[in-house]
Amino acid sequence: MSTSSGTPESWISSFCALPGHEYFAEVSEEFIEDDFNLTGLQTQVAMYKEALEMILDVEPEDDEDEDEDEEDEDENESGEDADRTGMRHGAERRHHSRMASDLSVIESSAEMLYGLIHQRFICSRVGIQQMSEKYEFGHFGCCPRTHCEQARTLPVGLSDIPGEDTVKLFCPSCLDVYVPPNSRFQTVDGAFFGRTFGALFLLTFPEYDLTKRGADVLSSTNSKVPEDESILNGMFAKNIAPGLGGGHIYEPKIYGFKVSERARSGPRMQWLRDRPEVITELDEARLYHEQNPDSDEEEDESMANGRALVRRRPPGNARLRQRPNHSGSPMALSANGAESEL
Amino acid sequence: MDEYASESDSDYTSYWRDWFISSRGNEYFCEIDEDYLTDRFNLTGLNTEVQYYQYALDLVTDVFDLDCDDDMRETIESSARHLYGLVHARYIVTTRGLTKMLDKYKKAEFGKCPRVNCHSHPLLPMGLSDIPNLKPVKLYCARCEDLYNPKSSRHASIDGAYFGTSFHNIIFQVYPALIPSKSIERYIPRVYGFKVHAAAALVRWQDLKRDDMRRRLRKLEIESGFREEQMDDEEEEEEDDVEFEGVDGANTNTNMRLIEGPM
Ligand SMILES: [Zn+2]
Ligand SMILES: [Zn+2]
Repeated sequence: MSTSSGTPESWISSFCALPGHEYFAEVSEEFIEDDFNLTGLQTQVAMYKEALEMILDVEPEDDEDEDEDEEDEDENESGEDADRTGMRHGAERRHHSRMASDLSVIESSAEMLYGLIHQRFICSRVGIQQMSEKYEFGHFGCCPRTHCEQARTLPVGLSDIPGEDTVKLFCPSCLDVYVPPNSRFQTVDGAFFGRTFGALFLLTFPEYDLTKRGADVLSSTNSKVPEDESILNGMFAKNIAPGLGGGHIYEPKIYGFKVSERARSGPRMQWLRDRPEVITELDEARLYHEQNPDSDEEEDESMANGRALVRRRPPGNARLRQRPNHSGSPMALSANGAESEL
Repeated sequence: MDEYASESDSDYTSYWRDWFISSRGNEYFCEIDEDYLTDRFNLTGLNTEVQYYQYALDLVTDVFDLDCDDDMRETIESSARHLYGLVHARYIVTTRGLTKMLDKYKKAEFGKCPRVNCHSHPLLPMGLSDIPNLKPVKLYCARCEDLYNPKSSRHASIDGAYFGTSFHNIIFQVYPALIPSKSIERYIPRVYGFKVHAAAALVRWQDLKRDDMRRRLRKLEIESGFREEQMDDEEEEEEDDVEFEGVDGANTNTNMRLIEGPM
């Protein structure tokens, strides 16, 4: 962020510095200033314009003004507010019409609006890049599951609609979602991260070696999958749920003896943590062709049906990535999800 | 056992144990009965496992009266904690011990499963080994049948052997009514509504494993315990067939309607 010396902290950076907001990226002003990225949000938050101005720390551009020397103490709900120069000017200008109650409405609208923009931002090229840095720094914590051996997680929402559920953590190692350990995250709306980010992250950065733990993840040479690794179903095979499968499944025992499946209290959930020993068993394409040797190339019609709009070559491969020369090509998705009708 | 007598004398004599179980970080432990501790049979073999065994036992049972320096006192203190833990592992698989732990379980004093689809199911403490000093305590969720790390570092450093590898399984054998219903609910990673192919293929494979298990159980006429018994063929067919891939594969199967990105 462009916090030059002497400039007070921006609304965005103070929002991201609040306790419980550790998972948030700082959305760039460029992203917010591009109206295209905000499409549809006007109707989702109250006092949209004011909220947007608050986020961007800008003075409202309405009616040119009379005397501005008057300070309005009502606006200072917290000490920081005094530093928000833009806010203050805006408040002065309209201080007869904008009461403190308005201000708190605007403040909460701004948080809602920021969250919704954030949901889109972290799925944009710049945003997901910023999130990858936070991931590398371990800002999102790690999987509570013992057999995931502290695999790092990603913040996700279970809904894209605000107010439905709080933020969760997605573990790429077991492909499951968990409640964040600290209760301060239990007031953070999951929609501010959205349903797409977690999976999109995996597709965008397929070269993160998900089998690496501890110090290895910090060194960029060790934490990346070598390019000659085998690929399966569009992922490096070793990155497909490495926390699952043999050795990573809990086997209940009583005095050293396995509890049998036949026991009423026997294991019933091991499938959830299973993964084929020979991972190529997941190669449905190969299996299909082995079982149907003559069904070669005439399946294309099946793709055209319904909403399955299939692209032979995803457009704009490199848009989400910083390393366009890498052989991996994540699904290209326009920065704001405009292709979601796909 | 004379319930009333042990109750009333614990008011007076369980000074050390009261202190121990109410100390911060010791929330997973229940209080071991005096009667259990004073029956030598229950402590068989522990004398070689614990330094200053007799003093430690005296401390735990509040009959310690050795006049010693602080270092010695601290050594005996830590031996007493170790002894308590080792006896605890044995005690919690007795009828009385199970009941005490059951009470704590019902109050979710061991925490709740962090897995979203377990809907805060209460956890039970367990050890990955019965041998002390090998593995710290873990938490078992009977709903997803998996193990989790305690959230707090105070708990994460407790020896798992103080709970052992069997207790959390025995409790469900003794109280089968407590076995939670199992659920097939799960998280499906999606990108703009569409599944990620690699994850979806794994889910399909896991679903087959589950179906196999349910078939085996049905053949044996054993209840599988799933809440959604109607799930047989339900396989919620989804509107979205398209699945995303991350990196290019040699995969050319279009039957699965993959989205591919061949170069
Ligand atoms: Zn995990
Ligand atoms: Zn669980």
